[in-house]
Amino acid sequence: MSPGARRRRPPLALALPALLAVAFLAVPLLGVLVDAPWGDLGARLTEPAVTEALRLSLLVSGWALLLSLLLGVPLAWLLARTDFPGRTLVRCLVILPMVLPPTVAGVALAQGFGRRGLLGEQLERFGWTLSFSTAGAVVAATFVAMPFLVISLEGALGGIEPHFEEAAATMGAGPLRTLWLVTLPMLRPALAAGAALCWARALGEFGATITFAGNLPGTTQTLPLKVYLLLQDDPAGATAVSLLLLVVAAGVLITLRGRWVGVLQPGR
Amino acid sequence: MPRTRTPVPTHTPTRRARLLPALLVPAALVLAGCGADDGASGSDGGGGGSEVTLTVLAAASLTDVFEEAGAAYEEERPGTTVRFSFAGSQELVAQLNGGAPADVLVTADTDTMASAAELTGEPETIARNELTIVTPPDNPAGVEELADLGEPGLRLVLAAPEVPAGRYGQEVLRERGVEAEPVSLESSVRAVLGKVRLGEADAGLVYATDAAVAGDDVRTVPIPEEWNVLAAYPAAALNEAEHPDEAADFVSWLNGETARGLLADAGFLAP
Repeated sequence: MSPGARRRRPPLALALPALLAVAFLAVPLLGVLVDAPWGDLGARLTEPAVTEALRLSLLVSGWALLLSLLLGVPLAWLLARTDFPGRTLVRCLVILPMVLPPTVAGVALAQGFGRRGLLGEQLERFGWTLSFSTAGAVVAATFVAMPFLVISLEGALGGIEPHFEEAAATMGAGPLRTLWLVTLPMLRPALAAGAALCWARALGEFGATITFAGNLPGTTQTLPLKVYLLLQDDPAGATAVSLLLLVVAAGVLITLRGRWVGVLQPGR
Repeated sequence: MPRTRTPVPTHTPTRRARLLPALLVPAALVLAGCGADDGASGSDGGGGGSEVTLTVLAAASLTDVFEEAGAAYEEERPGTTVRFSFAGSQELVAQLNGGAPADVLVTADTDTMASAAELTGEPETIARNELTIVTPPDNPAGVEELADLGEPGLRLVLAAPEVPAGRYGQEVLRERGVEAEPVSLESSVRAVLGKVRLGEADAGLVYATDAAVAGDDVRTVPIPEEWNVLAAYPAAALNEAEHPDEAADFVSWLNGETARGLLADAGFLAP
């Protein structure tokens, strides 16, 4: 930041509400920190039920990230680089899961991929029943998380001057080779940022999972679902697991800010 | 492949600029909706001097009958508005422990009510309920009796042991000696019903009253009395109630003739 930007003192009319906003966002998180059962935190987080949910959460969010990369990167490229009919519609479709209440996403997933859903019978013929299975939890997480990857990549692609790609093309590289050798390396910071956001969203996914995939320890009960059920009879345990998720999410953001988000900012 | 690299960099910002307001519109609508709602409840009892809004936390299985009971109560007590919050019983107690302001608590079992004993007055049982098996109308897994719930491969959905319906369900299965392997333990009994209605589950254990609410959407397989449970619904005014008199009045009203009638119509058994 240039020193000139700091010279002016912020007017009180802006500083006060801004401070209020900071307090508003910080107080609940402080509450978790204060309320966390620090004494037996280790014991609570290594309980078999919690480690099982953690293992499942890592598995589900890992798969969701992988699927998002496989499907989302090509989609982001198409959205940014080509002009096909209905592009605006597709972009809306991509953004929709970000603004839909996750429970609505869960109902929609059931109507689409559930046993009685649009594709349910076809899927079942292949022996795939998604509801109440870990695969269903992966589908739910991917549905809500992939948009974060697609949108951040599409934005970054829009910011890359196409003449590098054109140069590669004039030297005889095909579109796929150009994507692999030229575009993706330039995109690396955005790709990492988008992937991290996508993964963090998948890790925190709750509503679509409990609605579509159900809640069974070891199969579909990820950490956020565990927190929800712990809250009903072991609030301290819920706080401990919340702290774990909070630390993971904060870790992702801190890494992002330091390494990647800064690179993306224009004018740096 | 069409490689039109038209003015992407200049194009995107304008599109984005248009997108943001588009996203904000639904948010604004939602907020406006809330505002209108508040206004309506505020002006309701404007005529009388005392205008009271009772907040009642009630077990999920009471959802439909309490909506009706609330309307009936408001009619009998002009100036009073009853606001319900429905959830699994344990969750309601968790909300209370978290400091949620409310006047009355109604749970689906006496254990959960007892776990909130420090927060409530003397509870009164207002109704009873029993469990039943529900399946999708076409009964894909051919569930005909309680013992069938132990069939391997059956997609059985129960309520989580954290909520009363889940504990009752385990009790019933244990009574019958059924070793069931549920595919999901839902956070409330209504979520169990939802999974069966959607056809995702082959069978579920819910309250008889939930099955009645679902009507033709589900097929009911009754559980014989010898293995069934008789769930009690206790109601109590909360010590921290904002309107303690009205809260006590509502609890005793729930045991009165009007409420009894509504509860009976909904399939609840007398206390």
